Amino acid sequence: MITRRKMLMLTGAAALAWDSVLAGTPENAPNYRMTDHWWGMLIDITKCIGCGNCVRACAKENNVPEGFFRTWVERYEVPDWEIQDPRVDSPNGGKDGFPPSKSGTTVKSFFVPKLCNHCADSPCVQVCPVGATFVSPDGVVLVDEKYCLGCRYCIQACPYGCRFLHPERETAQKCTLCYHRITKGLTTACCEECPTGARQLADLKNPADPIHEFLRTHSVQILKPQMATGSKGFYYGLDGSVR
Amino acid sequence: MQIPVDGFMYPNEIELQWSVLIVLYPFLTGLVAGAFILASLERVFRVEEVKPTYRLALLTALAFLLVAPLPLQLHLGHPERSFEMYLTPHRSSAMAMFGFVYLWYLMAVLLLEIWLDYRKDIVVMARANSGWKKRLYRVLALGSDNISEAALAVDNHAGWIVTVVGIPSAFLLHGYVGFIFGSVKANPWWSTPLMPVVFLFSAIVSGIAAVMLLYMFTGSRRHRLDTRCVDTIARYLFYAFIIDFSLEMLDLIHRIYEADESFRSLDFMVHSRLYTSHVVIQILCGTVLPIGLLALTQVLHLSEKVRLRTYAVAGVLTLIGIFAMRWNVVIGGQLFSKSFLGYTTYKMGFATREGLLTAIVLVLMPLGILWGLIKLLPPWSDDESLPV
Repeated sequence: MITRRKMLMLTGAAALAWDSVLAGTPENAPNYRMTDHWWGMLIDITKCIGCGNCVRACAKENNVPEGFFRTWVERYEVPDWEIQDPRVDSPNGGKDGFPPSKSGTTVKSFFVPKLCNHCADSPCVQVCPVGATFVSPDGVVLVDEKYCLGCRYCIQACPYGCRFLHPERETAQKCTLCYHRITKGLTTACCEECPTGARQLADLKNPADPIHEFLRTHSVQILKPQMATGSKGFYYGLDGSVR
Repeated sequence: MQIPVDGFMYPNEIELQWSVLIVLYPFLTGLVAGAFILASLERVFRVEEVKPTYRLALLTALAFLLVAPLPLQLHLGHPERSFEMYLTPHRSSAMAMFGFVYLWYLMAVLLLEIWLDYRKDIVVMARANSGWKKRLYRVLALGSDNISEAALAVDNHAGWIVTVVGIPSAFLLHGYVGFIFGSVKANPWWSTPLMPVVFLFSAIVSGIAAVMLLYMFTGSRRHRLDTRCVDTIARYLFYAFIIDFSLEMLDLIHRIYEADESFRSLDFMVHSRLYTSHVVIQILCGTVLPIGLLALTQVLHLSEKVRLRTYAVAGVLTLIGIFAMRWNVVIGGQLFSKSFLGYTTYKMGFATREGLLTAIVLVLMPLGILWGLIKLLPPWSDDESLPV
């Protein structure tokens, strides 16, 4: 027989357990229609100051394990005309910012934020043996953690080095474009925390999104266009030395 | 554990994703395909000299094929989900389709051919034995105990058809392994249409060398070594090796001459981190030297004893060379950054899930299985000078 005391204890335990059950569940977004959106990101290299806010915000928002990165920042230093031999560093993914450059003003120096490009013709999606990696109807490349085998073929197939194997869950992980946020009308954690507006979430299906005006009036590139991945990470001010 | 890095790697690239177990996987499937091709020489192409190795080659192929998926299973983050590849395969994935190629080869080709070839022996052994052995052979006979002349003629004909289907299947099996690597456009070390062809011919080379060594070992232990047979196998090994080496050199020359954006990075890697395993072990010791030794046996009139010893040395070097080739493809392909600006290091554990000890066990396991298969289904008859 359940006494009043037992009942109270069980209710408390159930409430705690329910919290755990809900912990990994995406919050509902009843007013969000996936087919109305096609997400990408605009990155303005001329605005990035290499502060690392975006990397820290991403790691905190998405519980990214130490030593792995869903987004990171690279510092390029290009000596004069030698654009084939840039010096690049990204200490701890730029998470803690960058130490002062030793090259002084003798080189062209700039920061390049990197993240998954949410490619429309994504090689990682193509190679996944069970379809655990997929492109959502709103154009975000996601991984179904409950389905991923942990074979790492997708990590090999990504030309940009955006994926890693979660050391404890042993499944592939990558930037989700903060899917749990953007489906509720918020922007991504990295965009939210960028102090200069170097990163801007872009809805390519929304005619009112300022991205369209920007793309029409600026010279914009994608990373490794020769890979023909249908990348949706648009870079303004991208130097030819960037890999 | 700090991994030494030279230059710049994308931060997620520093740790290698595919370990020595993924090196073993193409090595083992290559032995399967090569052993089967050797078996088909007698069955389809009527090369009578290699007949003594026919059954041994089939059993070798089966022993290695049974172990081939194990390194993959051990490597997976979630091996318990691997069956999903069969239940809900992603049709655009080369890896998913390989599961079906593997099953086809195992079930429709190898097991069927072995069963058809051994059916008479199985029935005879079921009749000759008693107890658990009798029951075992009766199970293996699958209820088919008709060994009349007419029934055996049907077996023979069916076996021939299976072998004919089996040759393209063996080509598919290992060509497909090459395709899994060759189709990764993000990786210039892998991405070449020559990769499936190179993998296929290196597989043929390794399979022929493995069966030749196994036959020499078992034959000399039984004092029934047919030198004419070994001479023929060695000749085929020599021919296959010439084609394999030509293809690999074609790939190399093409890369050097074309010198695309990845070339400087790959060239540096071959001259530094991969120098020993690629230039010294794979090309010099594992390819040029055995080809040279085999060439000597073709042009010089060597005594039988010297010839056999030369074949043995060439065979061992060949297997080492082909293993090094798999190593250089799999591990080498992950040592450089996709930014072409830096290099990482592969740290192999010892007694870990993907460590050296596991790899050694996985290499020895097929030999243990082969020993069991030989006991169960003897490939030769001891009261004759030649196998059944």
